[in-house]
Formats: sequence, structure tokens, C-alpha cells
Amino acid sequence: MADAAPPSKSRDLDKLLLRPGNLVGPTFDPGVQLRDDLQEYARVLVVGAGGLGCELLKDLALSGFKNLEVIDMDRIEVTNLNRQFLFRLEDVGKPKAEVAAKRVMERISGVNIVPHFCRIEDKDIRFYNDFNIIALGLDSIEARSYINAVACSFLEYDSDDNPQEETMKPMVDGGTEGFKGHARVIVPGVTPCFECTIWLFPPQVKFPLCTLAETPRNAAHCIEYAHLIKWDEVHSGKAFDPDNPDHMKWVYDEAVKRAELFGIPGVTYSLTQGVVKNIIPAIASTNAIISAACTLETLKIASGCSKTLSNYLTYNGVEGLHTKVTEFVKDENCLVCGPGVLIELDTTVTLEKFIDLLGEHPKLLMTKASITYRGKNLYMQAPPVLEEMTRSNLEVPLYDLMDKIPKDVLHATGTIDKDGKRSSGLRKLRVVFKGIDGVTDMDMAGGA
Amino acid sequence: MEIEFINEGWIFQLGYIGAMIRLFKVKEKQRELVENANGGAPTKKQSPGELRLHKDISELNLPKSCAITFPNGKDNLMNFEVSIRPDEGYYLGGTFLFSFQVSPIYPHEAPKVKCKTKVYHPNIDLEGNVCLNILREDWKPVLNINTVIYGLYHLFTEPNYEDPLNHEAAAVLRDNPKMFESNVRRAMSGGYVGQNFFTRCI
Repeated sequence: MADAAPPSKSRDLDKLLLRPGNLVGPTFDPGVQLRDDLQEYARVLVVGAGGLGCELLKDLALSGFKNLEVIDMDRIEVTNLNRQFLFRLEDVGKPKAEVAAKRVMERISGVNIVPHFCRIEDKDIRFYNDFNIIALGLDSIEARSYINAVACSFLEYDSDDNPQEETMKPMVDGGTEGFKGHARVIVPGVTPCFECTIWLFPPQVKFPLCTLAETPRNAAHCIEYAHLIKWDEVHSGKAFDPDNPDHMKWVYDEAVKRAELFGIPGVTYSLTQGVVKNIIPAIASTNAIISAACTLETLKIASGCSKTLSNYLTYNGVEGLHTKVTEFVKDENCLVCGPGVLIELDTTVTLEKFIDLLGEHPKLLMTKASITYRGKNLYMQAPPVLEEMTRSNLEVPLYDLMDKIPKDVLHATGTIDKDGKRSSGLRKLRVVFKGIDGVTDMDMAGGA
Repeated sequence: MEIEFINEGWIFQLGYIGAMIRLFKVKEKQRELVENANGGAPTKKQSPGELRLHKDISELNLPKSCAITFPNGKDNLMNFEVSIRPDEGYYLGGTFLFSFQVSPIYPHEAPKVKCKTKVYHPNIDLEGNVCLNILREDWKPVLNINTVIYGLYHLFTEPNYEDPLNHEAAAVLRDNPKMFESNVRRAMSGGYVGQNFFTRCI
């Protein structure tokens, strides 16, 4: 017995990667090479180093991924310590990404984690293209929408409107709120992207301003009164900063006064934080469950070792434990991940001519179009002030207005006339200029 | 190295994604050689919110009493101003300026609107907060900038004392419309109503 080798650190992983199975993907190639390739070649970015991010880093490192990077713009706070287990009391005030990376590298040999202490918008888009899979541990719609738009911007379609596999940037997105959470797999061009299913989010709860001003009925009304109305009255000009404890204390004190005036119970400091910052108390186990699901999907996507989640898992642990997987379908007209309509043009075509062409294009039938390209409004039909400002672009060749790039995406909005029914539409257009070098290279770049 | 695809090229049916590690390996080996597909410096990302806003703005159909300006130029539609000059009612002849701030996740969130002109009005307070249902609890993504501007215009033609942000103005409108009318005119011409001074806006 003394001579028996200690169990391999990757014993469990080996069960998935070294032998065939019944649920494996079609190109699954079991063996040591696969395990080694995952370690050497797979690059994963973890967005967020908070509740989900800490768990994701640990899980991914232990699942055989050795090239990780993590990005988070926040510093550690005391209230994080109940679940963001990589942090200690003495770390309060330090950047989350840096401490998280350091701690995981200390505990798991062979893993390399590069931290980025900055906002996700501060990174060049090319930064994101360096990764094979992006795992999201975010806490807002806005951040998810941004990363989704970046990842989907790499997606390219061929001339038959089929998505090209080598341009797909898979994302695994997790989210938690108290006892509930979700994990989803997003493969641009195949599964719905974040924008395709943004209608899933319920509208935010907003109280009428006059209720806050005149007839508050509960603690949240009192808090929002102090936050939205009283703050400006007393501090006009100074912006309210939810991360400033003095500001939060001021709001809490005012909310208490208001509640006393109206005889409303329940205003506490922690409720004040929750209402003002839209926070729901976080639970470590929910984060652990969702991260585990996300990591497993990341492993499956990279290795093909099993059938992937298709494509949206919800978890509810409020009473007992309930999970469900729903297969959502993507929106063919999605502005972010959809193919759009392919239009081939000569470099001499003016913007005015282009707008006319849209009316005749069988897939579009769009008249009176306004055109926008990468944040620049090339032509606006209305209002009059903008029409005047953009009118001079009409006689310029579209190729010049698009900075002489051989192919790119732009958007058009106008009136669509289909079968006698008129409606307004917003469409994504893939413009390709004929006769430019490199344009013929529409199919996949050759492999090694 | 060849990469094989199965199933008429479509390996993503039924949740079976092919082992992407092969692609990752190829990509890694080609990293220096692969050019940015758009052939140049990365350019500004346009959020879906901006695109939807672009649609709303290009479809604006405003009455003569409402005008829109873009202080940050034709390429920044997220921040703009609307001036309203009611042609009937208590506020006839006055000009009222509103600032609009649209969020990147528009239309999931309503635009933030503040009144920049100090006005004596039951539904607009002295800080410029506007009590309009569609800006808060009744906002739906199917609404647009046109509907918001019409809603604001409506506030001037039909001020109502039932949703007050300015309680005194609301009470006067309810109990003494003639005095309300003269208060409004005095405020618009530049003058005091109670303790508050209003700059001329007519």
C-alpha cells in the first residue's frame, strides 16, 4: 500500500475527458491530449469578481482551465465577506480582481490568472476577442447588454446567412438574487443572445413621484422620497452617490423622519440600502450552485464531453429546490446577433442612392430610411433640425462615409410596406462593397 | 489540420456543441496572423438602446408647439432638450425647457426628464421633477419619445391637482382657478408667488 501512487488531482476530470460516453458531443475526442489541450489552449475570461466571480474562478481553475483572466472595477467591502470567500477582513479596500486572482493562484497549482481592475467598457474590443469563452458573473442588465453586444459583434455570417463557427464567442451567463438564480448558455448565431430575450426581464418597480410626495404608504415610499425628492431640495446640484456612506446615512435619517410623520413602520438602514441600490441580500449557496452550472457548461463547450445546457436554466430555492431548463429560440431579426440583410454595393453608390435601393430590396421594402453607422447618424429623415445637419451626406458615396471599409454593419430605420401593410421597422444591414481586396474571402479562413 | 463537421455542417442541434477546443487551438496558433475582421481600429460600440432611440427620433412627429435640439451634436442622441410653448390654456405663450437623458438600456428604462424652467405648476416641483405617470410607473418599452413629449405637453394644457408635486399650486387650482390663472401669469412674466420667485419665461 505504501507504494500506491496518490490519486491523480484530475481524477474526476479524467472520468469526463479520458473515456467515451453516451452523451458526448459529435466531435468529442477523449484522451490525455484533450485534457492537456484544455489546459494549454483554452482561454477563459471571468467578468466580475464578486459573489459569482469568486466561485467561477475557483470552479474553472479546478476544472482544468489554466489560462484565466478576471475583470472587476470594484473594491472589497465588509458586506462582501459572507460569500466572496476569497476575501478576508484585511483585504477590505483592495481591488476584488487582484485579490481574487492572487488567492486562487495560491491554492491551485498551475493556474495563471491575470486580474484587470477596471470597467468593462474601458477595455478595447480586441481584448475580448482574445478569449475563447466568456463567463459572466454580473449584476446589472446594462453590463450584460454591453458584453453581449461586444461578443456578438465578432460574429460573422457567410453569403447564405449562416453563422461562421470560428467567429462565435460563447458566453456562459449566471445571475443570482437571494434564493433564485439562472444560468444560461449563449452561442451567438445559434442560441438566443441576451438582447433576443431581454423581454424576459420584468419592468423595474417605480413609484409615482406624487405618491412619494403626498401619500406614502410604506417604508420604501419614505426612502425613495428622501432619495429622489428631498435630496435635491437640500443638496441641489450635488449628485447623490449611493456608494458614499454619508449620503446613504443622510437618506436614511430623512426617511426615518418622513416615516414618523406618516406613522409608517419598517425603515431600517439596510432596507434603505436595498431600496436605493436595488439590492437583494445575497446567499452563498445560490452563488455556488449557479457558478457550478456555468463552469460545467464552460467545460462542456470547450471539450464536448457532454450535451450542453439548451439553453436557459432557472433555479429557485425558496421552498425546497426547483430547477427548470427552457429552450428559448433566437430572434431572427435581433439587431445584435441576427444576420441582418446582406447588401452588395459598388463603391460609387451615394447615400441617397443607397436609401432608394432599400425601398426596392425584396427582403426590406423600406422607404424613407434613416441610416446610422457605428454611432454616426449618416442621414436622419426627422426631426427637421437633424435632417438639415445630415443632408450634405446624401451625395457622398456610402463607401467613403463608412471609412472605406470593405464590409461592415449598419442600421436603417424607416417605413416597411409589406403586402399592403405599413409599419415602422429597424433593421440591421450587412453591407459588402464589391471589388475590394479581401472581400472574396467570405468563407472560413483555412485551418493550420 | 482539418476540422471536420458532422450533420450537414450543423453540429449545434439538440444542444450538442462540437468540442470547440479544436478551434481554440487553431486560433491560438494563428493569433499573430489573424487580422481584426473589420480591418482597422476598433470603433465605437452602438448599444441596442441607441439604435432604438435612433428609430424613435427619426420618427418624431411633433406639433408646432414643441421643438427639439441636440446640444451635443447630431451623433449624440442620448441627451437632448425639448422646449414646449403651449398654444392654449393657463400656460399660453410661456416657453418651458425640458432636458432628456436616455439610458443605454432604453427602452427597458424610461428616459429621465427634468424641467429646466422654474414653473408654477401642480405637477412640476421647484427642483424640476415632473410627475408624469409614463415616466415612471406606467412606462412600457412600447412607448417612445413622441409619446413622452405629448405627455409633457398635456401637462400644460391640462394641469391636474390630483397628482401634486407642488401642493400649494394644486390646492389653488382646485379651490380658486381664477387665482391660479393669475399666479401662473405672474410667475411666467417674472415675479413672486408666495415665497418663490419665478424668472420670466414668456
